Amino acid sequence: MKVIVPDAIYQAMRRHGEETYPHECCGFLLGHSRDGEQRIVDAMRQSNERTDSPQNRFRIAPEEFRAAEKAARATGLTLVGIYHSHPDSPARPSEFDREHAWPWFSYIIVSVTGGAAAEANAWQLRDDRSGYERMALEIENGALRGESG
Amino acid sequence: MTRVEIPTALRGFAGNRDAVDLDGGTVGELLQQLGAQYPQLKKHLFDDEGKLRNFVNVYVNDDDIKHLDKEQTRVSAKDVISIIPAVAGGAANGALTQEQVQRYSRHLIMPEVAMEGQQKLRHARVLVIGAGGLGSPVLSYLAAAGVGTIGLVDFDIVDFTNLQRQIIYSTSDVGRPKLEAAAERIRALNPDVQLQVHDARLGSDNALTILKGYDLVIDGTDNYPTRYLVNDACVMLGIPNVYGSIFRFEGQATVFCEKDGPCYRCVYPEPPPPGLVPSCAEGGVLGVLPGIIGTIQATEAIKLIIGKGTSLSGRLLVLDAMKMRFRELKLRKDPNCPVCGEHPTVTELIDYEQFCGIRGEEMEAKDLGKEWEISPPALKDKLRSGEGLVILDVRNPEEAQISRIDGSILIPLGELPQRVSELSTADQIVVHCRMGGRSAKAVEFLRSVGFRKVKNLVGGINAWAEQVDPSMARY
Repeated sequence: MKVIVPDAIYQAMRRHGEETYPHECCGFLLGHSRDGEQRIVDAMRQSNERTDSPQNRFRIAPEEFRAAEKAARATGLTLVGIYHSHPDSPARPSEFDREHAWPWFSYIIVSVTGGAAAEANAWQLRDDRSGYERMALEIENGALRGESG
Repeated sequence: MTRVEIPTALRGFAGNRDAVDLDGGTVGELLQQLGAQYPQLKKHLFDDEGKLRNFVNVYVNDDDIKHLDKEQTRVSAKDVISIIPAVAGGAANGALTQEQVQRYSRHLIMPEVAMEGQQKLRHARVLVIGAGGLGSPVLSYLAAAGVGTIGLVDFDIVDFTNLQRQIIYSTSDVGRPKLEAAAERIRALNPDVQLQVHDARLGSDNALTILKGYDLVIDGTDNYPTRYLVNDACVMLGIPNVYGSIFRFEGQATVFCEKDGPCYRCVYPEPPPPGLVPSCAEGGVLGVLPGIIGTIQATEAIKLIIGKGTSLSGRLLVLDAMKMRFRELKLRKDPNCPVCGEHPTVTELIDYEQFCGIRGEEMEAKDLGKEWEISPPALKDKLRSGEGLVILDVRNPEEAQISRIDGSILIPLGELPQRVSELSTADQIVVHCRMGGRSAKAVEFLRSVGFRKVKNLVGGINAWAEQVDPSMARY
């Protein structure tokens, strides 16, 4: 399981996390999914609907999801993943993430420490919802981050 | 048959189909059938109790079934059912580090706070307005308690007169911006705190922007316009306002704008007439008093954050430190309140200086007109030229013990009407107080009873000390 992200998109996700710090950022990843490999072509920033606890929660409305899917289809892409930040928290899924996760999507989590983007990891929910598998996160310029779980 | 569209994420569990045609009269029946047909899909749609998961949204055509009859929504063959993910997640309530566990251990072992309360404190955002006498203990205790984000609004510079009660500052801070000195102190006390400093005088133009996003406001201001401003902004944004005020040996504290509780305007619809209630700068305050009241404000803030206990909302706690007695007055929400009532008439921030009347010593002094004023250097010249002058000091006797212009006579403003016969309209009279406000009133009074050769010393004895006699103490 691997997710391939062009460096420009990878950097944009990190910047998004820094901009919204100390709140969580979130967005959609559009691209192609083939043979257990997801290739990201575009990222769409979303606004975090959770105003009650934006520092450790995010939510994207279903209407936004529909709109993003539609936009993806229009350009021949598929909504294949979701990214979000964990301000001052590690780049691994929380229990809350697991409870709310969808299978098949790749989830990229960027840890933002004291306002600066740090570690980033990609995850996929196990089919039985029991936990996550870590995906290899490959940045397009060749650097390989993380290992296949 | 009704068409059910399968989202990309779930197609792998439905034979890679993007839509399935099913029989059923309601959304619930269709989803049950879908689950029966593709058992692997079931656990992603329903929880262990068989309820639709809260992040699974079902649409009939363009409508979310939450806004229709939920799972009982009726469907026909013409309808298209879509399953739309709501995407949610977030960081774990980050575990405390070992150092943090030690730091907050006396909270963590209490059932009323415990880990849950400490996490609430960590995620709380509190705005402290004013880094003065009340702000000092409020900032110290909130930072020590581990309030995650503390905002601070102030524009002032630390001066010597602050040190008697504003214990967050040291002697070496005199001359520094309060924000800078306070920030340094808070960071030293607890580096966990995210400090957001707002270097501004809170006004109608910036209040909503500054207050927005905070969970709680603590009012540590010392004047009526700002109090009304903070209150109105809190009502408009729905932020509870932890209130405190101090004067001499008396203090008050309460919580305004909490849920159905009253706001400041419910209790005080109109400000007092300008000049009636002296400020601490004019009337003095016991240095410890803001310590007591500010600590009560910090306590109320922490209770509101952790959601425990009974807040002071609806109760005004009144302290008489001289008798050391606390009393409690009931405050009620006014259904006719112009801001938080049933039919509010104040729906945006107004000009609060105007609402409270022009107040402050300097402003009143301006009203007199130039021919009724004299500057300290001009007074010095007149004295040196040997002109016969009467210098009338209208301050209180306590103040005359601090500083005095040689040869002046003392008649406190309040006694002037009874003792006016001690003065002669034939004399040239220069009246002074500390800053020029009370003496302006004295000049006005003397004019009204027939004095014509009377002038107000602009800026009072403090200006005299600054411009003429640097050896004299200012206060």
